[in-house]
Amino acid sequence: MVIKMGECPVCAAEVEVADDAIASEILVCDDCGAELELKNVDPVQLAEAPAAEEDWGQ
Amino acid sequence: MNVGSLKIGLLHSLIRKEEKLLIEAFRKAGVAPIMIDDRKLIMDFHSAPDIDILVERSINHSRALHALRLFESAGVPCVNSHKVSQICGDKLLTTAALKDNGIAQPECRVAFTEESALEAIEELGYPVVLKPAVGSWGRLLSKINDRDAAETVLEHKTVLGSYHHSIFYIQQYVEKQGRDIRSFVVGDDCIAAIYRSSDHWITNTARGATASKCEVSPEVAEISLAAARAVGGGIVAVDLFESDGGLLVNEVNYTMEFRNSIDTTGIDIPQVVADYVIGLAG
Repeated sequence: MVIKMGECPVCAAEVEVADDAIASEILVCDDCGAELELKNVDPVQLAEAPAAEEDWGQ
Repeated sequence: MNVGSLKIGLLHSLIRKEEKLLIEAFRKAGVAPIMIDDRKLIMDFHSAPDIDILVERSINHSRALHALRLFESAGVPCVNSHKVSQICGDKLLTTAALKDNGIAQPECRVAFTEESALEAIEELGYPVVLKPAVGSWGRLLSKINDRDAAETVLEHKTVLGSYHHSIFYIQQYVEKQGRDIRSFVVGDDCIAAIYRSSDHWITNTARGATASKCEVSPEVAEISLAAARAVGGGIVAVDLFESDGGLLVNEVNYTMEFRNSIDTTGIDIPQVVADYVIGLAG
């Protein structure tokens, strides 16, 4: 599996992004544990994932 | 049917493990879903993206609820339907639908003021569980063991909560011996079930409960299918309590999460879902 690299917007660590990752996917930074959203695949762009809202989930 | 020519829309916001598994399952079946991000969606009440069917997988209940209404209004069949999302997304409406269809469930009361809610709680008898009518993942559930706790929680909800936290949904506490059952219904089949076990009285896997395989007995299948039909059918997960009087339906979930249930049950849940949707679209 080809790995792309992105930068964690929280701690600036390098974050591995799998080749089959898709936009809007949730990733976790191994260094700081922040939950991240893959905003763009190519080039890799990461943002902090939105915090859970009251009407989330099942 | 030429599966590859189908236009299957997948409504999403954040992509969780479930959505990735569904995308993979659709691809295995020969069709790549058209991704529709609810954060970028603009609807005009007349038209919708050019798709044959919409699979709803939004993490936000309120967005799903409203988007489904608009997609259906534009003539797009949706799985699940707006009706199912409306009923399952609101515990009060779920309870009413189950009651209308004679399906066993815990005793429940609804009240709209602190005073009447306290009266309803005392009438049901302690302990009770206070739940937000709209909510999930076991959040903001309160097990109330006595009058002191009841008064405190009711006041906090009234003062600190937004208005819908003053729609007091009060459920009789069911002693479930540390576990409940979650069954998975796709169309007319109850395809799998798991036990969700925890030392805590809340047994959501989102709250740390562990999943183990539960055989789909005729009783589990019967009440699960009845509950699914009661809310409008489609693809749902049904939460069941095992009580001395038999199985009780606790909740019905319409954007079901299943990541912990594939290996546990040995059933490829996303593939069953994808094949079902393709069958509907074709």
